[in-house]
Order: sequence, then C-alpha cells, then structure tokens
Amino acid sequence: MASAVLAVDGVVRERAAGTGVWVFIGVASALFTLFVTAYVMRMAAVDATKIALPAQLWLSTACLVAGSVLMEWAARAQGSPSAHRLLWAGGIATMAFIGAQLWAWQALLDAKVGLAAHPAASFFYVFTALHGLHVLGGLVAWSVAMQAGAAWRVALCARYWHFLLVLWLGLYAALAMVTPDLARFICGTAAP
Amino acid sequence: MAIADTDSGLHDDAPRSFITRYVWSQDHKVIAVQYGGTAIVVGLVGLVLSNLMRLQIGFPGVFAFIDAERYYQYVTMHGMIMVIYLLTALFLGGFGNYLIPLMCGARDMVFPYMNMLSFWVYLLSVVVLMASFFVPGGPTGAGWTLYPPQAILAGTPGHEWGIILMLVSLLIFIVATTMGGLNYVTTVLQARCRGMTLMRMPLSVWGIFTATVLALLAFPALFVSGVMMLLDKTLGTSFFMPAVLSMGQATGYKGGSPLLFQHLFWFFGHPEVYIVALPAFGIVSDLISVHARKAIFGYRQMVWAIVVIGGLSFIVWAHHMFVSGMNPWFGFFFAISTLIIAVPTAIKVYNWVLTLWRGDIHLTVPMLFTLAFLLTFLSGGLTGLFLGNVSVDIPLSGTYFVVAHFHMVMGVAPLLVVFGAITHWFPKITGRMLDERLGRFHFWVTFLGTYLIYFPMHYLGIMGMPRRYYNYEGYQFIPASAHQLNEFITIVALFVGAVQLLFVFNLVWSALRGRKADPNPWRAASLEWATPHTPPEHGNWGAKLPEVHRWAYAYSVPGATRDYIAQDAPAGDGGQEPQHG
Repeated sequence: MASAVLAVDGVVRERAAGTGVWVFIGVASALFTLFVTAYVMRMAAVDATKIALPAQLWLSTACLVAGSVLMEWAARAQGSPSAHRLLWAGGIATMAFIGAQLWAWQALLDAKVGLAAHPAASFFYVFTALHGLHVLGGLVAWSVAMQAGAAWRVALCARYWHFLLVLWLGLYAALAMVTPDLARFICGTAAP
Repeated sequence: MAIADTDSGLHDDAPRSFITRYVWSQDHKVIAVQYGGTAIVVGLVGLVLSNLMRLQIGFPGVFAFIDAERYYQYVTMHGMIMVIYLLTALFLGGFGNYLIPLMCGARDMVFPYMNMLSFWVYLLSVVVLMASFFVPGGPTGAGWTLYPPQAILAGTPGHEWGIILMLVSLLIFIVATTMGGLNYVTTVLQARCRGMTLMRMPLSVWGIFTATVLALLAFPALFVSGVMMLLDKTLGTSFFMPAVLSMGQATGYKGGSPLLFQHLFWFFGHPEVYIVALPAFGIVSDLISVHARKAIFGYRQMVWAIVVIGGLSFIVWAHHMFVSGMNPWFGFFFAISTLIIAVPTAIKVYNWVLTLWRGDIHLTVPMLFTLAFLLTFLSGGLTGLFLGNVSVDIPLSGTYFVVAHFHMVMGVAPLLVVFGAITHWFPKITGRMLDERLGRFHFWVTFLGTYLIYFPMHYLGIMGMPRRYYNYEGYQFIPASAHQLNEFITIVALFVGAVQLLFVFNLVWSALRGRKADPNPWRAASLEWATPHTPPEHGNWGAKLPEVHRWAYAYSVPGATRDYIAQDAPAGDGGQEPQHG
C-alpha cells in the first residue's frame, strides 16, 4: 500500500472552499462591525465632526457594483465563450475601484484632511485601507481563478465580491450618515 | 458533509525531502508539533519572567538588576506570552491541528498550505515579540492589557519601540490564528469521515471547534484596537488618546476615548478566557472517560454547555471594567450575565464528577492531571463568583485576590490539562511513552506547588495587598507576615519553575529513548487510536478512510468482549450512543 496518500478529492475541496469563504466572510464581518461600533462610539465625543466625503467615492462605488455584477455574470456564464472575458472585466472593474479609492484619498489630502485631522477622517482612511486590503486579497483569488478556470472558483469569487460590495456600502453609509448627533443619540450621551 | 472515500481519487503527494517533511510541512501532525514546540519554548520565556518578578516581590531590592522598569516589562511580557503565545497557540495550533483530522477521520486539514502558512506567520509573530527585548527601551511595560493612554506615553517602559513591536506582533498573530481557525472550522464541518456525525464527535473536538469560532469572532476586536492604537502611537491619530499632558508637554492628542479601548480589548479578552478553557474542557472530558473506563456523563449536555458557554462569553466582557465605571444598569447586566455563565460551567463540573462516580479509575499520569484540573478549576471558578459581583469586585479588583483567581482558573487549570493531554497523546505523536516516574514527580510538584503559590494569594488579596506594585516595602497596611508569605511563594515558584524543565527534559528524552508504545496504550475508543500506523503516516489512514459506527465513549459496555469498543468497530459490536441521552 502506498504509505502516503492524500485523498481530498475535488468535490470535497470545492465544498470546503465554499465553507471556508463563508467562514472568512463571518470573520471579516465581525472585524468591520467592531470597527463601525468603535466609529459610532468615537463620533459621540466632543471633537467629532462629520466628514465631507469626496465625490470620487460615487465613482468607486459604481466600479465595485460593476465588479460584483460582472463576477456574477462570469459565474453564471461558466462553460460559454464569454465567461473568461466577463471574469477579466470583473477584475478590471475592481482594479478601477482601488484606483478610484486612491483618487479619493488624494482629493482629501489635497483638501488638507489628513489621517489625524479629526476622528471621522481617521476612520475614513482606516475603513478604506482595510476594505481595500480585503479587495486586494480577493484579486489574488481572482488571479488564481483566472488561471485555474474552475467554475467553482469563479462562483466563490462572485460570492466574495458581493460581500465586498455590501461591506463597502455599509461603510460608506456609516461614514455618510453617522453624524455626531446621531452617534450621541445611539450612545445615550448628552451633546456637549 | 462526510469526506468521500475515494480509492480511485488517491494521489501521492507525500513529502519527499527533509525540508518538505519537517520544515515547510503541510502535514497537520508536523504543524501541530511545530506549533506546540514553539509555544513551549516561548512559554519557558514567560516562566522565567514570572520567576524574575517573584524574585523582586519575595526579596525586594536584593536583585539590583530588577529595577521598576524591568519589573513592569516582565509583568507585561509574562502575561501576554502566557495567554496568547503559549496557551492560545498550544490549544488551537497544537492540539487543534493534531486532534481534529485524526479524531474526525480526515486525512489532513482541508487547506494544508494555509495551515503551513499559519504556523510560519505565528512564528513570525513570536520573533517580532521577542525582538522587543532587544530594541532601545526594551519591551513594553504597559501591563498585558496595554491600556491607553499610559501604554504609549513617556513614563511607561518601552513606550517608544516595545509597544509598537507588541502591537505588530499581535496583529501578525491574529492573521496566523485566522488562517488556522478557517482550517479547523472548515475541516470539522466538511471533512469528517463516514458515520462521524456532529453528535458523535469527541468532546475534545467540540471544545476546540467552539473555541476556534470564538477566536475567529473575538480576535477581530483585538485587531481593531491594535490597529487604532498603532495609528495613535505612530501617526498621531486620536482614536483612544484624550487631550493629555505628558511630562509637562502638550501631546497633540485630543478627544480620544481610553474607555473605547477597554471595551474593545475586553470584548476580545473575555472570550479569550474561553478560547483557552473550552479546549481544556473538551480534552478533560475525554481523559476522564478513557481513564475512568466510563462513558462521559451527559454527552449532549456537555456539547450544549460548551456551545452556551461560548455564546455567553461574548456578553460578560465589562465585568473586567467595573472599576472603570459604567452606568449601574450595565454593571447589573454584566454581573448577572457573568453569574449565569456559571450555570453551564457547573453542569460540566457535575458531569465530570458523575463520570468518575463508580468509574474504574486508573490513576495514570493523565488522570492525575485531570483530577488536579477539576480541583483547581473549581477553586478558581468559585472565586470568580466573588469577582462577578460588582460590590465585591470593586474592593478586590486591585488586589492579589484577582491574581490568585485568574492564575488558578485560566493559568494553572488549563496548563494541568496541557500536561495531562501531552502525556495522553504522546504515544500517538511519537510512538513512545513519556517516562512515568518523571511524569508523576512533575505532577505532584506542579499540583501541590501551584496551590502553595496561588492559594496564599487569596489571603494576601483579602488582606488588601495591592497588585501591580513594584515594591511592597514601607507600607503600614502590609504586615510583616505578608512579606514572609511573599518570600515563601517566591521560593516555591522557583522550585516549581525549575521542575517544569524536567517536563521538557522528559519530552525530549522519552521521544528519543522512551519505552515503545502500543498503538493504543490507554485502550481508548476514539478514532485517533485506530490509525494503521503509530505514529500515523502522511494521510493518516492508509488507502481507505475509516467508517464510524458509534460515539467515542463506548466503555465498559455490558456484554462486550472488551471494556471498550472502538468508534470504527463493526456496527454489530454495539456500544452505540444513547439516542435521547
């Protein structure tokens, strides 16, 4: 008998990867939920002000929506000739998202709103940087899916991209809508 | 759910060189030993630090090199090393890696490459942490809780480089834990062999699985606080830093909330207690059952108790902050939730004792450690009931009573399980038995010694001896008898510390020269003892995966030919789990 055999067959690997992505989505959700909770608590302080979000964020949001939709189409088109092109396009749209986020950073820096300017700005940079890292991680998985070409890998990319989109929309909404007054209402603290 | 038994799909990917077999190994068993070995080495550093602290407390001023700065650095590094880099890494990375695939009947973790990365990233976090001993100013002395603002301001040892390396090391550790955790959870959910239903899994796996879920959800809180404090320190943000003067100078910080850090830290910190405790609970359940030759009492209750404790551990964190101040209603809530968590925990203790009741108790070394755990956990847990009450906690919180409590309940108790578990599974890991005489000697010294160290601390605490002080001399409220007791504790701690080296010697000596072990020396029913080879080879199970027909607790079954029935014995052998037990 061969002494060394590892029989994790394709079906198991595919199922395991699917579960693994769900678990990772759970971990990332916990991470960002805690970040947003910290953001709300910090925004209740006396020095908090609402941040004027740069317009580039609309562009980046549109790019990520496009990325998410294209990934979904690529997953559904598996087996057809257009699948690979759709996957390519999904990746490009996502890279454009990263570019637009960096453009938004530049716009804020030009407006003299740096990392330590005020709490909302600090959280803006931290949120976008960490979300961006999660997107870059997704792009690594995407590049593997581009080469391996397995349908389940593309489907998992699509699932993860939907998560990245929902996550970004949540962060964007928190940054845009949690005013110091709302934060103080949530935290039950009196206005200064 | 269950792994496919694919004889047709076999492929030989065995490691072929020393490097791929033992260094860049993707085999869960090798990674487990790598994790365990690193954790033990770093744990010895933590042990030495604790003895240095004790030298100062027992003989203040005698050892001139232990100045106040170094003392606080020893305290901080000892705490962080023991909680994170030893216990968490050893239970999840060590035991989790070794036991999950073998107990579930899998060939390996489902993501072996990521598993390998997990260890190397963990090692990197240890290297970064150890590097802080060698940077200007030395390691951080902020206390293991790293509370801002003092952690990053002048006046605290290691406030320049030490704290940065500590935070970076923690962030790296969390990445490692997440990679490992994804593997453990997914392997349990997706790679169990045929017949291994969730409710047939050994409690060790349940404990490690639930603790891993806790780790995956709680470590992000430490990650969040680590990132934000790192930015406060290095780039001048004010997440946690209020407008403070430091050494008479304005700092530039404004508006940050130190309490926010405390909430985040303890939202991680309390589940962390159970990240260490739940694997210990699971392992102890299995050791009791095997060495008392009796099915675990109330298996289903035990599973649900683990899950409920895991859930409740997320809503008790602010009991670490009663002294920080909070709305009385919150204090009320967190005191109640803290006391409620004692209910499922008590169920577990009752069930362990009821398993022992009329069992065929073999006082093997693993069983001795298990019994010692029961006593230690009980006394450590009962003092937790004191501290869970706000009105009792506030006067005791700053005293040695707390030091005694948490060392008993989450220091000594889990370490006793570690020793018992290593002794129990050593023959599976190495194919040899740990030397029993050395094991018994180490047990009695450790068990009695830790009681001699920590039990008196309760009295010191109730007497009002504060914790965190560098020097206890010259205070009227600390009587001479307390100093004598401190001297006594220090002498015992030095002896107990030295005897731990004997345990390490036993590990190395027995691995090389120990008595050859039978494949199943404890006559255990769980699946890890059913591998075709001891130690198991790459892929664990040879050509065909095992098939399970019963739970892991078929001991002393009436009418059976032997006093245990292995999980993979034919279905007709009996010993199936009770259906509504």
